[in-house]
Amino acid sequence: MTDAQTIAVPELSLVVLVGVSGSGKSTFAATHFKPTQVISSDYCRGLVADDETDQAATAEAFKLLHHIVGTRLRLGLLTVVDATNVHERARTELVDLARSHHVLVDAIVLDVEPALAVERNLARPDRDFGEAVVRRHHRDLKRSLKHLSKEGFRRVHRLTGAEAVAAARVVTEKSWNDRKDETGPFDLIGDVHGCRAELEVLLGELGWAVERDDRGRAVGAAHPEGRKAVFVGDLVDRGPDTPGVLRLVMGMVRAGNALCVQGNHEHKLVRALNGRRVTVAHGLAESLEQLAAEDEAFREEARAFMDGLRAHLLLDGGRLVVAHAGLKEEYHGRASGTVRSFALYGDTTGETDEFGLPVRLPWAEEYRGAATVVYGHTPTVDPQWINNTICLDTGCCFGGKLTALRYPERELVSVDAEREWYAPVRPLAPAAAERDAAMLDATDVAGDRYLTTDLVGTVKVRAENAAAALEVMSRFADDPRRLLYLPPTMAPVDASDVDGYLEHPAQAFAQYRDRVERVVCEEKHMGSRAVALVCRDKEVAASRFGLDAAPWGALLTRTGRAFFENEALTGDLLSRVAAAASAAGLWERLETDWMLLDCELLPWSAKAKGLIKDQFAGVAAAGVAALPAASAVLEAAAARGLDVGALLERTASRTANIEAFAEVYQRYCWPVDGLDGVRLAPFQVLATEGRNLADHRHDWHLEVVDALNAADASALLLETRRRFVTLGTADEDEATQWWIDLCAAGGEGMVVKPVLDDRPRLQPGLKVRGREYLRIIYGADYTDPANLTRLRQRRLQHKRSQALREYALGVEALDLVAKNAPLWQVHQYVFAILALESEPVDPRL
Amino acid sequence: MLLTITTTANPATDLGWLLRKHPDKVQAFEQTFGTAWVFYPEAGEDRCTAALLLEVDAARLARSHSRASGDGSIKQYVNDRPYAASSLLAVALGKVFSTARTGVSEERPDLAAAALPLEIALPAVPCKGGPELVRDLFEPLGWEVEATAVPLPGFDADSRHVRVRLRGEVRLSEALSHLYVLLPVLDDAKHYWVDIGEVDKLVRSGGEWLAAHPRRGLIARRYLAHRRSYERAAFARLEEVAEAAGSEEESPVEEEAAEGSEASLPLHRIRIGAVMDALAASDAASVLDLGCGSGKLLDALLDDPRYTRVTGADVSSRAIGMAERALRLDRMPERRRARLQLIQGSVVYRDKRFAGYDAAVLMEVIEHLDPGRLPAMERVVFGEARPRTVVVTTPNADFNARYGLGRHEMRHDDHRFEWDRADFAAWTAAVAGRYGYRVRIEGVGTVDPEAGTPTQMGVFDRD
Repeated sequence: MTDAQTIAVPELSLVVLVGVSGSGKSTFAATHFKPTQVISSDYCRGLVADDETDQAATAEAFKLLHHIVGTRLRLGLLTVVDATNVHERARTELVDLARSHHVLVDAIVLDVEPALAVERNLARPDRDFGEAVVRRHHRDLKRSLKHLSKEGFRRVHRLTGAEAVAAARVVTEKSWNDRKDETGPFDLIGDVHGCRAELEVLLGELGWAVERDDRGRAVGAAHPEGRKAVFVGDLVDRGPDTPGVLRLVMGMVRAGNALCVQGNHEHKLVRALNGRRVTVAHGLAESLEQLAAEDEAFREEARAFMDGLRAHLLLDGGRLVVAHAGLKEEYHGRASGTVRSFALYGDTTGETDEFGLPVRLPWAEEYRGAATVVYGHTPTVDPQWINNTICLDTGCCFGGKLTALRYPERELVSVDAEREWYAPVRPLAPAAAERDAAMLDATDVAGDRYLTTDLVGTVKVRAENAAAALEVMSRFADDPRRLLYLPPTMAPVDASDVDGYLEHPAQAFAQYRDRVERVVCEEKHMGSRAVALVCRDKEVAASRFGLDAAPWGALLTRTGRAFFENEALTGDLLSRVAAAASAAGLWERLETDWMLLDCELLPWSAKAKGLIKDQFAGVAAAGVAALPAASAVLEAAAARGLDVGALLERTASRTANIEAFAEVYQRYCWPVDGLDGVRLAPFQVLATEGRNLADHRHDWHLEVVDALNAADASALLLETRRRFVTLGTADEDEATQWWIDLCAAGGEGMVVKPVLDDRPRLQPGLKVRGREYLRIIYGADYTDPANLTRLRQRRLQHKRSQALREYALGVEALDLVAKNAPLWQVHQYVFAILALESEPVDPRL
Repeated sequence: MLLTITTTANPATDLGWLLRKHPDKVQAFEQTFGTAWVFYPEAGEDRCTAALLLEVDAARLARSHSRASGDGSIKQYVNDRPYAASSLLAVALGKVFSTARTGVSEERPDLAAAALPLEIALPAVPCKGGPELVRDLFEPLGWEVEATAVPLPGFDADSRHVRVRLRGEVRLSEALSHLYVLLPVLDDAKHYWVDIGEVDKLVRSGGEWLAAHPRRGLIARRYLAHRRSYERAAFARLEEVAEAAGSEEESPVEEEAAEGSEASLPLHRIRIGAVMDALAASDAASVLDLGCGSGKLLDALLDDPRYTRVTGADVSSRAIGMAERALRLDRMPERRRARLQLIQGSVVYRDKRFAGYDAAVLMEVIEHLDPGRLPAMERVVFGEARPRTVVVTTPNADFNARYGLGRHEMRHDDHRFEWDRADFAAWTAAVAGRYGYRVRIEGVGTVDPEAGTPTQMGVFDRD
């Protein structure tokens, strides 16, 4: 009786079962793994031949098996291959497959008596191969066992005899780089390179208490708040005190106060200490010399410490990844030589630059992963976030700084180097060169997409809508760095039953009455929607938004196009707003250097002159020319005694309607010259540094905007008139009268918005358009009773859903803008709003 | 929506006979999109006027619009159709006066065959081409034309509508046929989908006078709503030779200039030739055509067996559809099809699918990008896709004066800029330097000693 064997396989791995037909592989797999984890060759044979025993289908069956296994491994799923695998070629293919996906591969050998296997096969009606096959396979297996361990398996687990097979237990073990249970908070520390003194100062800045031995040497450190330090590697070489750094860090790690990944310099130093032949360059000589002064025990301890370091670590539930030279997403948590060299050296091409240093590919620019990646290795002047990754190497040993990142706070803390300890081969790269994170990728936006939002959950963007948006975005929209938000569409109120009206305030109040206490009625300026990115000055535009050309901000239309073709005009307008903000003290009050404003720009003709002329004025021209002529001939016919009375009456009414129609659009047109005549009516502050202001009450927004308007010396800014209404009170009637007066004076109408202290989880606004204004939307004759009856049947569900989804996407975009998230993330949401706008919805709503 | 026909023949009330509508009645005729009324505002011995008034049901029209076009714009609901004398009126006229239009009258054959003094008034004719085109179309048919543009209310400008009064001694049936064919032609738009049956209608209605009309080309083109194959069929049946056909995506200015000099090849053909030569010289076997449009270059590339892999990319999915149709993808032989790929893609988004080609072509593409987006395009094409060869063509603004364009005028509405030779040289040199390419510039098209060539081409080779 053998003891039950426990087989440990890595959590993410490929497990290759090896055993002859009838050795009990399928039973073993079914006992220890989920059915979906096990891919059997028989099953694949069945899929491609409708017969699990059809040997002619073997080649196709294995093609399919490899495809399924490859897909699962790429997606990070533990996979078990149930096939005989008694031939080396079959196993090699699987080992290569696992390697190509950077996962470990274990073999489990089920070595049972051939006689038993034969007996089992006989008992199975669907197995008709003879004893000879099983015996031949068994011989192959026996031969294989000798060299199995050299075929690339991490481990070969051998179960000898049917009893051992039946008794075995299988457990999964975490991979060495999996430290997801470490949740921090962390202080991540960049490349130290032997700069012990600076490290001690930095730890002090970060609030650590350094422990010293009786000789005054730093031998450990602890943080009173229980923070944990994470070193990104390259503790050694170049600097003045590599042993001192190692002593301190080893102490911290030993005490459980720190984690450390291996850097390329540790890797090489270990090889040197192991007596391997290495080129002594890049500061290795200093380390060897300094370590030679230490005693043998310390040297051995340091060697073992550095040798035992992992190349990358997953922390905080997988949300944080630390690797010395960074790590692309598909390598997170994986294990292979390729992954290890990426983590140590970066994405190198094997080429070297003019300084003899390896050329590194900008993997971070392409990074789209959810996990934050923190790394070092490439010295830069200032650390900069690139797509949720950051390099903390600020060249301390070259006389730069030693930098730490507080996580999850995302604060940077740096201390200056005491001096240049080591001359750099090439000057430190200025951070500006990294700004190519503005490069967007087709895969960021194309195809069916599912975007997560706080307000309405997942929003789906269909591929065909994304395709339409791709064209508009590419051909017409402004630079994505300026395109941080697009205004969502707004739904109108339910159709009114008030005589003669299609839209009326009563329905807006009724719609909100049960859900909120107060609403605000805001005048709807008849112009064009505009989003303004106003920066305090050019430097802010450059440093915060990466703009490298005028205009130093943005003024965009509803579809993301620059409002004015003339950049100077945009610049002039934005600087007037910025001047007003300065005069009003808003930069200080809002603690920001920029603001994103939601506005209406007037006159309508400033942007839409072509549309007004071609569309509305053209219709009016035809009507005003034709209808009186028709009336004249009808009157002549009537004078002859013909019965055309009803037709004449209808024609007269239509004449009055077209005249009213012509009046409507003319009210919204006036000549402009440069900015003379242009008015901008801001009505909401969308975002400022670090703040998405979607959760602020409209009282607040309007008050800020009023302050801005009051400080405007250039007659550019225009007030948005408003009335607050406590629902269910006489306020409603007063606001209705206000709306009627507003429209009678030529206004477009109003927007009713709920007044809340939080992000609205209902329609963020409803538009109530004026009776006359609607003529240019529904046609001059829409007020005819028959037309009104028909138009009241309008369906609003889709428009409302579109308005809600776009609003939710917009709020998400603002969250990302406020926290300075990577541009591609912001762009995904902005792009999605544009894509949703291409959904077919009644354009009159 | 209103048409009046007046005659001063004596007795003028014979008009009622010809139209087969009694002068003392008010008659209504149901139409697909409303009601047509016929009545006589005057009916004397010396002067008789028949009025055709079409009351359009805008709602019904809008519904049919949305099914046919589905473009989802407000234009579908708010348009001039209820007021203007458009194809709706032409159709109503054709139906209501169908007998009169045949010119056959059993009771009064002489009257039907006689030219009468007629006066036709239309208060608002939508017309692309203005009063001048109205005169051009009606004067050759024997009409004295009074045409004035209707002003745009609120703007110091004319609308596209024209008040038209025609006077002449014309057979009534011919007059109706003129209106039936020419109203939609003036409008250059139809409310119904143009199908091949329209060719028959055109030949039937206009057969007698259309063949001799000096503007028959324009009439056929517009009547058939620019469907070229129909147009060719119509020409063939009118025993005419098809004119050289331009393409709607070419720059209108260049197209017009090409029409003027019939001896020379159109510029877009010359341009394709120049690009093909540059590609041949580069030894490319795989080519990516960025901004492929309807695929003219792709077609040329597929004709040349040296190109084993040809990919067309365009930011517009409509363009991809057009290319699929123009290249007849559905019946392309398998081996030719296997060399071709069509993808929607944008030159301002990095795209892995753009990588791995020997050469990329940007033929008349960059001038459609806002200058601010050019660096992104450069990065995507030269920095990321990095083909060995990149061929870029763009208009030469120096040449614009030869097209009669002013200093700041451009050849196409969608051009964001047009560079002169110095601008192009500076840009190509900068891009080549930044991304490690060598560049040479060539002129494309007829050489003008001062202005150079109409198109300029930069050929970039990777160092």
